[in-house]
Amino acid sequence: MMKNKSLVSINDFTREEHIRILELAGAFEKRPKQRILEDYVVATLFFEPSTRTRLSFESAATRLGARVIGFSDSSSSSVTKGETLRDTILTVSNYCDIIVMRHPKEGSARFASEVAGVPVINAGDGANQHPTQTLLDLYSIRKTQGSLDNLNVAFVGDLKYGRTVHSLVQALCNYNTTFHLISPLELKLPSSVKSSIKERNLEYTQSTDLQNIISSVDILYMTRIQKERFSDPLDYEKVKNAYVLRNNMLAGAKSNLKILHPLPRVNEITTDVDDNPMAYYFTQALNGVFVRQALLASILGVVE
Amino acid sequence: MEKEILRKELKVSAIENGTVIDHIPSDRVFQVIKILNLTEYQNQLLIATNLDSLKMGKKGIIKVSNKFFKSDEINKIALFAPTATLIVIQNFEVIEKKKVEVPDTAENIVKCFNPNCITNNEEISTKFTVIDKNDLKLRCHYCEKITARKNIAFR
Repeated sequence: MMKNKSLVSINDFTREEHIRILELAGAFEKRPKQRILEDYVVATLFFEPSTRTRLSFESAATRLGARVIGFSDSSSSSVTKGETLRDTILTVSNYCDIIVMRHPKEGSARFASEVAGVPVINAGDGANQHPTQTLLDLYSIRKTQGSLDNLNVAFVGDLKYGRTVHSLVQALCNYNTTFHLISPLELKLPSSVKSSIKERNLEYTQSTDLQNIISSVDILYMTRIQKERFSDPLDYEKVKNAYVLRNNMLAGAKSNLKILHPLPRVNEITTDVDDNPMAYYFTQALNGVFVRQALLASILGVVE
Repeated sequence: MEKEILRKELKVSAIENGTVIDHIPSDRVFQVIKILNLTEYQNQLLIATNLDSLKMGKKGIIKVSNKFFKSDEINKIALFAPTATLIVIQNFEVIEKKKVEVPDTAENIVKCFNPNCITNNEEISTKFTVIDKNDLKLRCHYCEKITARKNIAFR
């Protein structure tokens, strides 16, 4: 059903297809080493560096027996010689069965998927989309909560600029989620994203206070607040510690609460939280490998 | 009534052959001239603006001799002046009169307002879905950002 289909935007796949990927990812979690892609070549084209995402894809491909070719930043590709994206994609299409691509310009992955002779998986196009992150977030939520339906999910920190937050909010709108949006006033969720919550008539709360929300949520999705997002450094100083999660704040939390974070973390979760069983962010990163195995295998048509 | 006003104007400054673009919002007349590249036009060109209009209060009108617009040009007019009417004139007679229609999609007409969009960084045709025809909003097929009327620029 997903054979030869590019994944550029989270909405390119239906809700049923998302669930199918999550089920397949579960099977790969049970048996991560299966040499079902031995005859395949996966190209990872990283026009800007993203070590975590690239290694996760390469690990997924390698564990399935595929060969991986590619580059990890544009300085080691023909881009420095002035080659257009179109030419790079047309050329690389000849060498591989599927392209995984990260590019700093928004819309680059959609364009590549239209030019390429092979399917393209978007591993991040500027501030636009990063659908495999959204799928691994969905996988982590489903796995820890047993279902995606009817959950209370809090998003904390920079809700304005984080594409991870935007895509996950939009994806969760399919599952009757109650949203809790915790951010400084300067970094509130954009109205274009909030409108997807409103269109579905889903419940949401909006506040600047993290501590008060902890006891009522199933998922706490933390994000990093970046200093450079503030025009006035004083505004940053005021909020920077308001969204730091410490272990003692979790005393009244529900027993099923799990803490997610797209990583890298700076100081928004103190290290004393890491040993709390509620901390799930490193396992979340591991889940990314299973989700990417599921995507590679289903798009290459090796599993259905 | 509207028809009479039009006839009066046609008497004053009729063109023999060509197209009259009527019911342009007054403040967009010069933009329409620009997007249609009429600043370089070598034939007779009549421009009037801030005319009284029953429908619109004030309106503008452009009469272009020996010019019959193609559909991509009509789409440009529609995006900028959705109230416009096109009147095709031959031998001083009105041959055809039609309101422009805001298209569902705009291909390679408009520039994406997002500077980080791939279409502003490589030679790629732009493609937009018109998501709001009244309060013009276009969603870029590539970067998915929304270009609103106030940010529209043409390629």
